[in-house]
Amino acid sequence: MNPQAIIDGLIAGSTIGLGAIGLTLTYSILRFANFTHGDFLAWGAYLTLTVAGILGGLAAGLGAPVYPFSFGWGLPLAMFGGVALTVALTLGLDRILFGKLRARGADAIIIVMASFGASMALRSLLEFIFTAKPAYFTKALQIAKPLGLGMRATPDQLLVIGLTAALVVALHLLVTRSATGRAMRAVSENPSLAGVYGVNVDNVIRVTWIIGAGLACIAGVMAGLLVQIRPYMGFDLLLPLFSAAILGGIGSIPGAMLGGLIIGLAEAFAVQIVGAEWRAAISFVILVLVLMLRPQGLFGQKGA
Amino acid sequence: MELVAYAAFFLTIALTYAIICLGLNVQWGQTGLFNVGIAGFVGLGAYVSAALTTPDAAERIGGFGLPIALGWLAAMVAGGSLALAVGLLTLRMRSDYLAITTFGIAVALQLVFQNTESLTGGAFGMAFIPRPFSGLQGEAFAFNGLNLLLTAAVVLVCYLLLEHLLRSPWGRALRAVREDEVAAQALGKNPVLLRIQAFALGGAIMALAGAVQAHFIGFIAPGNYLPMMTFQVWAMLIVGGSGNNRGAILGAVLVWAIWALSGALISEVFPADQQARAASLQIVIIGVMLCVILLWRPQGILPEVRSVSRHLGRRNKDIQS
Repeated sequence: MNPQAIIDGLIAGSTIGLGAIGLTLTYSILRFANFTHGDFLAWGAYLTLTVAGILGGLAAGLGAPVYPFSFGWGLPLAMFGGVALTVALTLGLDRILFGKLRARGADAIIIVMASFGASMALRSLLEFIFTAKPAYFTKALQIAKPLGLGMRATPDQLLVIGLTAALVVALHLLVTRSATGRAMRAVSENPSLAGVYGVNVDNVIRVTWIIGAGLACIAGVMAGLLVQIRPYMGFDLLLPLFSAAILGGIGSIPGAMLGGLIIGLAEAFAVQIVGAEWRAAISFVILVLVLMLRPQGLFGQKGA
Repeated sequence: MELVAYAAFFLTIALTYAIICLGLNVQWGQTGLFNVGIAGFVGLGAYVSAALTTPDAAERIGGFGLPIALGWLAAMVAGGSLALAVGLLTLRMRSDYLAITTFGIAVALQLVFQNTESLTGGAFGMAFIPRPFSGLQGEAFAFNGLNLLLTAAVVLVCYLLLEHLLRSPWGRALRAVREDEVAAQALGKNPVLLRIQAFALGGAIMALAGAVQAHFIGFIAPGNYLPMMTFQVWAMLIVGGSGNNRGAILGAVLVWAIWALSGALISEVFPADQQARAASLQIVIIGVMLCVILLWRPQGILPEVRSVSRHLGRRNKDIQS
């Protein structure tokens, strides 16, 4: 067994975990399995790429790599723009589609179906605008530095792991310590009761989309930076995202993150045993195991 | 003459989609079960039937040269069993777990089609699948016409069978579970068992459709069973009218026509190097269409006919109102 799988798994798991947090939040607060979430990752990556291109046109120095990373100041700056645009995209989609169905009192499963249709349309729109050819944030090559114990990682990869940890801690504090977080938990327990007690449910829904879309964009940029940007990148991550959210327990932020890391590690180790062509099946196997053995997930409440 | 042969070809493909749609109508229209892995069930049927009926081939296992009818039957058994297993696993839980699991099934089966070269031919797929009436292959008109008749007969049998089933006490119990699970339970119906039965029946019909399609075309490859197909079938049922078997057939033909026409239009309008890109617009159109119908006319073109019992005939209407 190659210990390098640990680093590979943690890196893939960071992306999956961040995406799964957004998914688990929309699942518990808006009460539907959102099949468009994977495409938010892809859109986030492409929107950031577009903003970075515009910034690079304005000030050429922004593209120059900052030691030890493979990218310049332009990318973090562009990511702010990308996050804002991804948030705008999800809020717009909620206004014209999900919000309308919610207001009509449509069944959760109808909203799931609408999200499935929207996901196909969003993904194909990306393919139309940017073509299926992969895109890259940077052309610079990086040498992986030894970390000891036979593991290696590039500075970019270590940055991704560190950024993920910081985001998860910040989000956990927000949800457990702030009034907004309390309101979110109240709505996820019981929306109508929370409304009666004066919680602004619309506002909670908006905050949920903002957090979910922001994290999706960042996860998409990370995946784009470490691998590549493709219109199908979000779709390929959808099953790992769902598996991670269910494994962690729907509604649990630490659970989703841990679920993401477990899936990432399991994929990395399984690739060494059964071969890379079966990678996508790993999350399915984990999903089936969780549904058979512990359907409420690691941190979920029974009967959820 | 060529045009007639093409029309027959077009209709035959559309009717194979109509069979899938009828299967989905049992699951979604009558029972409210959301299957996001349709392509997996259809593909399973196609591969099982192909493995049993193709002539022996050196590079892969299988190839028993069995008759086509046996292949169809085996496909139904395989699709039904898979659906049964999925149903047993997820139908006790909240409804969207089924959606996520079926999505996973389609992804996993796609990998099996791709990666088990010795069984499925891998990315190259399987060729020389026996076609019905293959003795007439030289005469396009007779060949396409007879295949159209055969496929239409399969659609008709499925349609009559399902109409009969859905008007039976079993069908009424299904709709009762869909409308009000607690009330159905209070009347002594077992909702989980009914759902599992409906899901398995739908899965078997989808797999049969896959087998019919595979034998008509004579060649299958993993690329035929992408999530795209699941999505098209959903659009067909929602457009046609979920819960209505005639709507399912109408939706299949209509959406397939829109698909084929927009494809032809794109190859006319766009230059050759941009066609792959423009083809993604087709999917956008169907996706937007699905969302618009869900928003504005969720019942589809032919809405479900509400009936309490066929013995009541016209009086059904009085009871409804």
